[in-house]
Amino acid sequence: MIDALKIAALVFVAGVLQASVFSGADLLGGTPDVLLLALLGIALQRGAVAGAAAGFLGGLLLDVATLESLGLSSLLLTLVGYWAGRFGEATGGERRYVPLASVLAATVFVAVGGYLLHFMLGADILAERALVTALLPGLGLNLIVGVPVLSLCRVLLRPHERAGEVQLLG
Amino acid sequence: MPRNRTDKVAVLGSSVRRAAAGKASSRSSSPLRRRLIVAVLVLAALALITVSFREGTGGPLHDAQNAGAKALHPFEIAADRVAQPFQDAWGWLDGLLGARSEAERLREQAEQLRQQVIQNESALQANVRLRALLGYRDGPTFPRDYSGLAAAVIARPPSAFEQQIVVAAGASNGVRLNAPVVTAEGLVGQVTRVTDDAAQVTLLTDETSAASALDLRTRAAGIVRHGAGAGDTLVLDRVAKDEVVNVGDEVVTAGWRSGGLASLYPKGIPIGRVTSVGQSDTDLYKQVQIAPYADFGSLDAVLVLVSRKPPPKLP
Repeated sequence: MIDALKIAALVFVAGVLQASVFSGADLLGGTPDVLLLALLGIALQRGAVAGAAAGFLGGLLLDVATLESLGLSSLLLTLVGYWAGRFGEATGGERRYVPLASVLAATVFVAVGGYLLHFMLGADILAERALVTALLPGLGLNLIVGVPVLSLCRVLLRPHERAGEVQLLG
Repeated sequence: MPRNRTDKVAVLGSSVRRAAAGKASSRSSSPLRRRLIVAVLVLAALALITVSFREGTGGPLHDAQNAGAKALHPFEIAADRVAQPFQDAWGWLDGLLGARSEAERLREQAEQLRQQVIQNESALQANVRLRALLGYRDGPTFPRDYSGLAAAVIARPPSAFEQQIVVAAGASNGVRLNAPVVTAEGLVGQVTRVTDDAAQVTLLTDETSAASALDLRTRAAGIVRHGAGAGDTLVLDRVAKDEVVNVGDEVVTAGWRSGGLASLYPKGIPIGRVTSVGQSDTDLYKQVQIAPYADFGSLDAVLVLVSRKPPPKLP
């Protein structure tokens, strides 16, 4: 229960920050995706189901806050959360390349998937802008911002150790 | 399943505290349940997209979205206020970096414009000179029996000791050896070497050059050659002491013709103006200095005079 509350709080704070602060920030030609990074942190710590659920709720929050078409971000972030959770489970989550690889893959997936979804829904978006001009700086920023965000998630969602008494015979 | 390797070794007679992982993760959930949950979430997202697109802006989903956005608004404002100092700091830094790059860009632009101005000025001057050349070629003082072939100067004297230029017209354009070369101001020299596409012109200021000339006003004749001093000063040599030459007189080519022979230069091409006249008892001739009309230091286009007549043959 406490875990769920922590995850919900993380998603909420990241979503609000993403919607209000980071989405309008133009840092070196790109925009960091704090919600995506928080989602990756949650999924890597808590697995696929928690990742998918956090992705769905975070996407919904983002779409509501930015008055975008409902469901678009939810769909993408659900899939990303699920994949990242499975990736973390499959690799044990302990390997050093896992956070870096997940940030890279997730950023590219969200950019490409977002472009394809908007394209299919008839939005007029330049592929070059979406997939090259904005993606590369965004990728770099996510890698930079990802370090503290993933570390924060790891600290907040650290597995609490439960002391168990074992009475030995003799 | 992660294996917790922190369990301590059990020791007989003592109690051991065992750490247990408390991850409430999907790692304990069955694959079927996991996939079911994800499938439900994906379907829910797709349903949201569909309904959001199919219903109008006044539909219940949009109303709910608006209500949600309204509820989130205070949090967004709070987050924005918290982030404002950082945003301001970033904006200041970004503006600083932007100002520096903007200054650099403007500096480059100014440099480009300066070069453009220089190019335009050069083009303007070249245009003026070429127009003057054309005006001279079509004017009444242009030598008859010659046609003027305009040619750009493509190489200048590499040092003060060499008084040759190379022009971008050669035998394929009709340039012949010893052809006179002029500008609108006056005589420049003669062609001393010809290739198919270029020709070397030895200037009148070269030590080997000479041109028979006369004082246009008094008809005193002599030979124009390079002066002993430095610079572009010329002298009118071989002027007899009884001839009259005054300062300010104009000197032009004589253009003599004797039997089958003729001067290399046609008659009446301006050479320069007399700047000083002197004579001594020991010299056989007057000492006449001439300031040439042509500016030998800044030649960029010349006219090569191509004779319409066949070259004279020796008897």
